[in-house]
Amino acid sequence: MAIYARVDNATLRYGDKVVLRNCSLDVEEGAITCLIGLSGAGKSTILRLLNGLRMPDEGKVFVQGVDLATLSNRDLIDFRRTIGFSFQFAALFDSLTIGENVALPLIEHTKMAKAEIDKLVTETLDSVGLANVGESMPAELSGGMLKRAGFARAVVTSPKLVLYDEPTTGLDPIITHVLTDTIKRLRKQLGGTAVVISHDLSSIFAMADHIAMLFEGAIIAYGTVDEIRNSRNPIVQQFIQGSEVGPIPL
Amino acid sequence: MSLLEDVGRGTSGFFEYAGGAAALTAEAASLTARLQIRVKETFDQAYRLGVESTPIVLLTSLFTGMVISLESANQASSYGVTDLVGGAVTYVSSRELGPMLTAVVVAGRAGAAIAAEIGSMVVTEQIEALEALGLSPVRMLVVPRLLAMIAILPLLVILADIISIIGGMYLAHAVSGLSYGSFLDSARAYSSFPDFLKGMSKAIVFAIIIVIIGCYQGLGVRGGAAGVGKATTSAVVTSIILIFFANFMLSILLFGTSTQ
Repeated sequence: MAIYARVDNATLRYGDKVVLRNCSLDVEEGAITCLIGLSGAGKSTILRLLNGLRMPDEGKVFVQGVDLATLSNRDLIDFRRTIGFSFQFAALFDSLTIGENVALPLIEHTKMAKAEIDKLVTETLDSVGLANVGESMPAELSGGMLKRAGFARAVVTSPKLVLYDEPTTGLDPIITHVLTDTIKRLRKQLGGTAVVISHDLSSIFAMADHIAMLFEGAIIAYGTVDEIRNSRNPIVQQFIQGSEVGPIPL
Repeated sequence: MSLLEDVGRGTSGFFEYAGGAAALTAEAASLTARLQIRVKETFDQAYRLGVESTPIVLLTSLFTGMVISLESANQASSYGVTDLVGGAVTYVSSRELGPMLTAVVVAGRAGAAIAAEIGSMVVTEQIEALEALGLSPVRMLVVPRLLAMIAILPLLVILADIISIIGGMYLAHAVSGLSYGSFLDSARAYSSFPDFLKGMSKAIVFAIIIVIIGCYQGLGVRGGAAGVGKATTSAVVTSIILIFFANFMLSILLFGTSTQ
């Protein structure tokens, strides 16, 4: 399969702290790639590299063959419209209703009529199991509902690439299962590519086509679910077994 | 060495802040020039930042006008020139205190609200969400607030001037027995329409200061709720200092330094 996005030898620092160190990752077109790793390993930073919210200090990021560093600010803004981003805490605009949140990218980026937008918003909310909450404010919804509303806003424009930042963190097993299914279904519906960060290994094993493990700022393992499960890398094994004993310092 | 380092760090911080605020102003101006304006949001902000500030602006103006009148009426009575009281209240209100006090009150209320709201949006990743959706936070948040404030603050200044003069007129009548007619005659004699216009033009500069500083502080929030609190305080303090400084410079520019 073709490569949709590539992080090539990226190094990124926040002040003195090196978050990514010569990190490379290929995101295959049409696949769900899951990123795993310890908290603070740089997983969310990779998502932000992929949609140009951050630029690496060294190295390059390519999406559909385009080097993001070559884009002007205005081109970068246009480029981000082609990517959906579902945030860890949903990041819905709290002054807007759920329906207005989902409609915002359509209002701002398309010339669709209001009736068409309303219809698409209703359909998208329905597709994530949120019928009849369009008029609610974000503060009135539960955590799981907020995450799904965030999904709806991320996918309403049918982007070719959707980035999910910890979509199931802090949710009960049933909602986690529902959201995992939603991600798989949306990928199928949109026919696009997805990158998912999660600490929930059962949900990752259920949805991933590829898994990449990030450790100390670099990808140390990449493969299918079975390849990662059977990896001989002691760091990977310690991580997926959740063991205190191993090379990962506590 | 440590002192030098502190001076160097302070100077560098000052220029970084000034440069950042100037860049934000330039981007907002550029978007406005390209008519990248969200009209409904601008009206909403005009209501929230301006109309909702009206009661507090009117109250402070009323008491300010009354206290100027009280002081000047006492002095004027002792020199037998009570016919100057109306002129004094109108002159000071229209040229200096009306615009400046209105701006200070609005900076305390609306400037703090801007910094807190945008800062909270940073902390909850809403600003990143805007960027991720391909939307410019400056266009979505800064431009509507800036245009709303530029439109509404001069109007608040006019209201403040009027209420200040009415308060002064009432007090001059109540304390010194000055008739309303004499007060108004004096006000007409010692003030001019251009003074009111210049006061309103000051308000435009103050509006830019309040919004740009509030937005810049809000967008620069780091460190969660504590960061939001710090940014809010800094926004108010910085805005008020800049308003006083700008008022001084504008007074020289608009009214000159002549004592005649």
